[in-house]
Amino acid sequence: MEKALSVTELTLSIRDLLDSQPFLSHVCVRGELSNYKIYPSGHHYFTLKDPESSLKCVMFKGSAGKLRFRPENGMSVTVWGRVSVYPRDGVYQLYCSQLMPEGIGDLQVAFEQLKAKLDAEGLFDPAHKKPLPRFPGRIAIITSSAGAAIHDMIRILGHRWPLTKVILLPVRVQGAEAPAEIAGAIRYANEFDVADVIITGRGGGSIEDLWAFNDERVARAIYASRLPVISAVGHEPDVTISDFVADRRASTPSNAAEIAVPDCREIADLLTGFELRASQGMRKQISLLRDRLESCCERRALTEPTAAIDNRRMELDRCRERLCTAQTQQLGKYRQSFVGLAASLEAMSPLRVLTRGYSIASDKDGNCLHSAAQFHIGDEIRLRLSDGSADCRVENVKRS
Amino acid sequence: MATKKQTMSFEEALGRLEEIVRHLEKGDLPLNDSLVLYEEGTGLIASCSKMLDEAEQKVVKLRKGPDRSPIESEFEEENGNDN
Repeated sequence: MEKALSVTELTLSIRDLLDSQPFLSHVCVRGELSNYKIYPSGHHYFTLKDPESSLKCVMFKGSAGKLRFRPENGMSVTVWGRVSVYPRDGVYQLYCSQLMPEGIGDLQVAFEQLKAKLDAEGLFDPAHKKPLPRFPGRIAIITSSAGAAIHDMIRILGHRWPLTKVILLPVRVQGAEAPAEIAGAIRYANEFDVADVIITGRGGGSIEDLWAFNDERVARAIYASRLPVISAVGHEPDVTISDFVADRRASTPSNAAEIAVPDCREIADLLTGFELRASQGMRKQISLLRDRLESCCERRALTEPTAAIDNRRMELDRCRERLCTAQTQQLGKYRQSFVGLAASLEAMSPLRVLTRGYSIASDKDGNCLHSAAQFHIGDEIRLRLSDGSADCRVENVKRS
Repeated sequence: MATKKQTMSFEEALGRLEEIVRHLEKGDLPLNDSLVLYEEGTGLIASCSKMLDEAEQKVVKLRKGPDRSPIESEFEEENGNDN
């Protein structure tokens, strides 16, 4: 009868069998991530699948901590490690030492993941972006104190706008300490209000070299900065998370210097323009006033101040003349009518009739007698003649 | 930045100049006021130009003092190559 093995004995001999295979001690496997779990211990557990099979995998804390991106279910990945048995569960599994996304680099994946996360949180919101001061008095540059980037920026700032004081906050821009140093310098610049605007960045390099500017700590420090931040990382095609969070993205450090300050030659031109416009405005106002003055001087009231009086005098003379004429005419008219009336009066005068031999009879009371009926025999009447009168007595009355 | 005491910043001076030039171009003020403005404007232009002409770039390096507050020191470019 065969001797029965304990479960452990069998399991351990299977493990020994697997462990003794050099092929299994260093494998590289391609598959799709599923059931990815991170335990509080820091170990990562997941299953690697293809359409037909699945493989249990574990990645211990030490290896998992080196991951530069966050593995997600469904991701196509390549993993490296050794295959062995986990006796307690009686399963074989891949002890994974490295995990890389398939196709694109892990940094690229990390970049996209952080970008998506911060975007979702609103760190790239245009509404959050602060305007840059037009004439910053002080510019803080957070970069390496060595190298072309700081040199270029100082040179261009000096050329364009020497009025701005340049304040360098030296930091490491690559390596493990770089993100914390950059983020710390941004916070420090804000805390002590050392400048009006911040430029942070570095010259060109590989994606690894620029990596500090894809760090979440740097991104959050830029977002939290009260001072406006210009991100200036690498060359034109390089895009980092800092570029998205910053208030302005510059394509290069030199470009950041151009964005940060105006060009003194343009401002000098502007001043010249102001000078010209001010003089022209002044001249125009003075010449308008002079024109007004001249047109006033040309008025007759000033050129011939007595003209108005002369005119009035002439008017008065004319009036007087008209008055005289009217008066003379009126008098003539009166005279004529007087003569006419006098003639008529003369013609109608009874005295004139008497001169032709007639006489007027009147009674003793002076009443004019013009009918035979008024005569009675014996009446005393008076006859009026042209040159006197005669008292008579009626002797006889005949009526015709 | 400014070499002498300047009550107005460069930006404020430019803003004021714009305002002055607008008034002078409109000619909407009494002559006396215009002349006063013109004088102020030419003064501002002269002082701005002077600031530009005389400006000398200042570059300092900042480090944390013992109490964390910033200490400035002259910056001399290093010849290393960190990037």
